[in-house]
Amino acid sequence: MSTLKPEINDQDHIQGDDSASVTIVEFGDYQCPYCGNAYPIMKEIEETFGHQIKFIFRHFPLANAHEFAFPAAIAAEAAGLQGKFWEMHDALYENQYRLNGELFDELAETIGLDLEQFQQDSTSKEIKGKIEDDFDSGVRSGVNGTPSFYVNGTKFDGGATDLYQMLKESAE
Amino acid sequence: MLEKGATAPDFELNATPDQKIKLKDFKGKNVILAFYPADWSPVCSDQMALYNEMLKYFNKYDAQIFGVSVDSVWCHLAFQENRKLHFPLLADFEPKGEVSKAYGVYDEELGESKRALFVIDKEGKIAWSYLSPIAVNPGADGILDALEELDKK
Repeated sequence: MSTLKPEINDQDHIQGDDSASVTIVEFGDYQCPYCGNAYPIMKEIEETFGHQIKFIFRHFPLANAHEFAFPAAIAAEAAGLQGKFWEMHDALYENQYRLNGELFDELAETIGLDLEQFQQDSTSKEIKGKIEDDFDSGVRSGVNGTPSFYVNGTKFDGGATDLYQMLKESAE
Repeated sequence: MLEKGATAPDFELNATPDQKIKLKDFKGKNVILAFYPADWSPVCSDQMALYNEMLKYFNKYDAQIFGVSVDSVWCHLAFQENRKLHFPLLADFEPKGEVSKAYGVYDEELGESKRALFVIDKEGKIAWSYLSPIAVNPGADGILDALEELDKK
């Protein structure tokens, strides 16, 4: 059974209650269509189960297969430096159908980032390193494709819809 | 299926129409063999796409990875080009599945290789092997653990 390595830490982007009983980690790629499909379902999960859920996103860009996956991850992290990781995360998935190299600045403006700072941060080595660390964590945790989910530290064998179903059944 | 400690059977398979790969030429290097059923599975869950992203990890452990399936060299070439794969795919094509059979990972019923991983050490001995359910992409953590183990020796 594959488990999450390393465990959730202060490098992670975390959404939801600290006291939540269910922690979901997604390893995702902003250009992966399956992750794009999972995105609204994850939103629904967060809405339906509210305080019971804590959601963490780690990057797993398949950079050879998806040319914008790594730059998109950089955009999310650069937005994160201005406290808007999740806004960029959402905007990237909501605009996945028109993902290209020019989109990032546009989204940065839409979500109200300091554009100059954003562009500067997008070239930072730390951000690149952070994304590579996420990828490394995925590899060590047995990620075999995107999206891959971990529930309370253990690899979940299924997609976002299965995850929703499982949560619903365990809530009943 | 061949297990840890067995000598890895030598083979000579085409990687391209005019390039043959011989296992014994890789003595002194670690070798990863990833047998898989067929080219062209969906990309985000594709085992080969994952390994493609991991070449620098394999490099670090002085390991060369080969994908092996019964697809022909031409099919492999098209698949490689389409997915921008930067490691060789070997065609276990004629006689069909011969190498897969030698490693004990040929599915007679489907006429395809099973989804199986082997890590072969620098002396040509199998250091680790793993058979995955056919529909499950086994990821790469097992390979890395095995390479790490070899590194410690």
